[in-house]
Amino acid sequence: MSVDIFLQNVANSITLGSLYALIAIGYTMVYGIIRLINFAHADLLMVAAYIAFFGILIFSLPWYWAFILAIILTTLLGVTIEKVAYRPLRNSPRISVLISAIGVSFLLQNVAIVVIGARPKPFPRPEQLVWNINIGEISFLSLTIIIPIVTFILLAVVMFIVKKTKMGIAMRAVSRDFETAGLMSVDVNKIITLTFVIGSALAGVGGIMWSMQYPQVDPLMGLFPGIKCFIAAVMGGIGSVPGAMIGGFVLGFCEIMIVAFLPALSGYRDAFAFVILILILLFRPGGILGENTVEKV
Amino acid sequence: MLKIKRGRYITIVAVLIALSMLVVGCGGGAADKGTSDKDQAGDVIKIGVYEPLTGTNAAGGQMTVEGIKLANELYPEVLGKKVELVVVDNKSEKQEAANAVERLISKEKANVIIGSYGSSLAMAGGPVALDAEVPVIGCSPTNPAVTLDNDYYFRVCFIDPFQGTVMSNYATGKLGAKTAAIIQDVQQDYSVGLSNYFEKAFKATNGDASIVAKVNYNTGDKDFSAQLTEVKSKNPDVIFAPGNFLECGILVAKARELGINVPILGGDTWEAEEFLNQVTQYKDIYFSTHFTAEEPVTPVSTTFLDEFKKAYPNKEVNAFAALGFDTYILALDAMERAGSADSTAIRDALAATENFAGATGIITLDENGDATKTAVIKKVMDGKFVYETKVDPQ
Amino acid sequence: MDDRKNIKMVLNIALLLVICIILWWGQQNLSAFYIRILNLSAVFVVLGISMNLVLGFTGMFSLGHSGFMCIGAYVAAILTMSPASKEIIYFMEPITPLLANVQWPIFPAIVAAGIVSAFFGFLIGIPALRLRDDYLAIATLGFAEIIRIVVTNTITITNGALGLKNIPSVKSLWVYWGIAIITVIILKRIINSNWGYAFKAIRDNEIAAEAMGISIFGHKVLSFTIGAFFAGIAGALMAFLITSVDPTMFRFTFTFQILLIVVLGGMGSLTGSVISAVVITILMEVLRVVEQPMNLLGILQIPGLPGMRMVIFALGLLLVILYYRQGLMGTREFNWDYILDRIDSIRKRGTST
Repeated sequence: MSVDIFLQNVANSITLGSLYALIAIGYTMVYGIIRLINFAHADLLMVAAYIAFFGILIFSLPWYWAFILAIILTTLLGVTIEKVAYRPLRNSPRISVLISAIGVSFLLQNVAIVVIGARPKPFPRPEQLVWNINIGEISFLSLTIIIPIVTFILLAVVMFIVKKTKMGIAMRAVSRDFETAGLMSVDVNKIITLTFVIGSALAGVGGIMWSMQYPQVDPLMGLFPGIKCFIAAVMGGIGSVPGAMIGGFVLGFCEIMIVAFLPALSGYRDAFAFVILILILLFRPGGILGENTVEKV
Repeated sequence: MLKIKRGRYITIVAVLIALSMLVVGCGGGAADKGTSDKDQAGDVIKIGVYEPLTGTNAAGGQMTVEGIKLANELYPEVLGKKVELVVVDNKSEKQEAANAVERLISKEKANVIIGSYGSSLAMAGGPVALDAEVPVIGCSPTNPAVTLDNDYYFRVCFIDPFQGTVMSNYATGKLGAKTAAIIQDVQQDYSVGLSNYFEKAFKATNGDASIVAKVNYNTGDKDFSAQLTEVKSKNPDVIFAPGNFLECGILVAKARELGINVPILGGDTWEAEEFLNQVTQYKDIYFSTHFTAEEPVTPVSTTFLDEFKKAYPNKEVNAFAALGFDTYILALDAMERAGSADSTAIRDALAATENFAGATGIITLDENGDATKTAVIKKVMDGKFVYETKVDPQ
Repeated sequence: MDDRKNIKMVLNIALLLVICIILWWGQQNLSAFYIRILNLSAVFVVLGISMNLVLGFTGMFSLGHSGFMCIGAYVAAILTMSPASKEIIYFMEPITPLLANVQWPIFPAIVAAGIVSAFFGFLIGIPALRLRDDYLAIATLGFAEIIRIVVTNTITITNGALGLKNIPSVKSLWVYWGIAIITVIILKRIINSNWGYAFKAIRDNEIAAEAMGISIFGHKVLSFTIGAFFAGIAGALMAFLITSVDPTMFRFTFTFQILLIVVLGGMGSLTGSVISAVVITILMEVLRVVEQPMNLLGILQIPGLPGMRMVIFALGLLLVILYYRQGLMGTREFNWDYILDRIDSIRKRGTST
């Protein structure tokens, strides 16, 4: 494989990886706090994409307003979901909350099908953000640079919140030990809500970025990214924010490179992602950056 | 305490179910009646329609139903009776397709059935209709297996072996291609089947080594960069990438973004707004389809075009609506020829269809129930679908 | 007490006889549509109770059921298709010579489907069941997808995306409900046996169960394998019901439908799963009416909304899991004791006054 093609693949991996990373961070934060795989997280992606779409096309908002509106509304939706569907089950067995998450995910998808229609719609890419770049034999979209930059900035913001602010410390305390943190007069509900705010906002941004990169919105667009991004979060170490970032990039890289080097097996691409997931879950459940916790009686 | 609660819960659930059955009984009846007040079975001929209105094939199903409904509005009567259209959604799922056909036959007593977009769904509904001896006409399923071993299944579209060969001949003949690459959706029977026939025809003309790359992707994939990079490195003269317009739209656009400028060819599923939206600024994109607005093949085409524009002024005319339209009027024509609404008579009349003028061309049904028709090739130019040429069946 | 036991046995046999009569009547008199719906609900009964075994009785959140169904369906299909059909259907790449001339009758094929699925269940269970809860869910989901992807890509065995057609059709109520009833009886026996107690102990408190000397891992694998066995059988039944299969039938959405049935019926109640399987399958068809244009009392015209059915089901699932977690039956089962006790107490009340 020539250098050019390899570099092209690298460029592709970076784009895909940063998209995965954005969404994986949301998954990992929610899991870290309440030990829930929020199946509905990826559908927030879809909601954000649609709100942006309608904002631009039906309400003729300029793109930046449409995007901001989408992110805000998505965040509100995420927080509402937590209050309505997850909080009442906090003291129930884990299976119940998982089932509730699956239920919410399906509800969102099917409501979208009923309200908006099952047919996909083309997402309007703002020209200020999306243009073609050609370097020699390699060509890629401006998004290949913009998306990773946005992702890194957001990551830095999240890391700052988590490491340096009071609320961030409270978040880490709650994720370590729920009850004790509550005893230390941490308002656990508020912290969880905050986590969902950050996670949902990130999902919103992720949804918009995703639709700019792959400009087609349909009600089921969250399904695949959802599972892949969860795999990415697990790879990097579930519960660890920088881990999610790393996991996203590693997964994106693996996916593209496997197809690049073994094109005959490209039909098995998704299978590889799952195999990697299962291997990690079995042999290093902590992921790349995580710690291995022992369950005590 | 719990015991009482549980008992009450069960009672509530049971009452709810009973209530909903009641509502359904009345409501369902109301829906069946539709706008007409009299509902005597003798006065109405029922045409059942089973198409995917939700699920992965929803877009194609909805387009088809639009065409069928248009035809129903234009021609609401046959043999002196009103034609009632009963549309059932098969959710793009096989067991739902089988249930839908069974429902249309047993409950709705349809005389003839239309459907379904998606060969896999058609194959699920086919055996049910065969058993009940009710003829089904497919608008767009192109997998040859649909009508095999089923004397009661017909279709108004050409089938994949023909389509694949047409595109291969076009590539070699008109575009002068000596080598080709294939990009197929390994999860979709349409894509896999059509690629297979293209490959056979292309290799027959250009030799076994002429397919320089064959890469796979999965339904629902959004990222094709790796596959396209691989294809780019092999430098084919053309690329054949049949598949759902959802994935293909992104795929073709991405190919152009990556600087792949050779002609890209596809199949009849590309004739859709969703596809055009993705690729409007590019060129050298060709696909085979059933229908063209610019060279109306028959007077019926012109009628269809005018009526479609009137009924759906904001939508692009597409091949699936045209095929849906044709299926409906063919069903009516068969009933007229048979002189009755008896299902077996309709079936025999369908089997004898010859030179029927539809919006998508002159239709003759062969001994398998498949249509031998002209294929139209279109291309994308200046943001529109433009007629390129047509290929008659040998 | 012996009296009780005898009465119960008589009642059980009577119940079976009643069911047989109903089946016979149904087979003769019901329209093909109703028979099809009843057959489909029988398949979901088998699916529901086999998933309940794993999820409700052993407490393992496995989302891999659709994968085992897929295996079962394909095994049954390949074993029962005629060689002539195989030649026609495998038009892309011919089927491997090993399988080309195989043609078995239906019942051995169903059993074979179960066994092959159980084998894969065993293979998958060994690595996967070391995980817990959410990780197990994702891992089993992953395995189900891997199975589906492999089936899609091994064209010489499965015909890939093109799917298989011309599978012999089985329409008799007896076959589907017969197998469903046998499954219920077998699973009831298992649950009321030592194995069953071990499963429930694992569900209730795994660490305590281990401390009591129960081999946790062994029993988990056992439960998982049995669940896979019946999932395979259900897959075979599905293949015979629809007479064609393809990999897209067995996506995760299918597992969700089974999950719905198990949750609504009560995780931990076989009776609940049976009832909810039948009710939900029927409701799926009945609720088609909300997707048609509706004419409410002749006043309101509501246009048809395709997809409303699934919205209603998703809402139903959420409502149950949030407010009525036990579902319909909780962990109770239908048993004669309840009725006999009632009769006794009425009788006693009668004699005491």
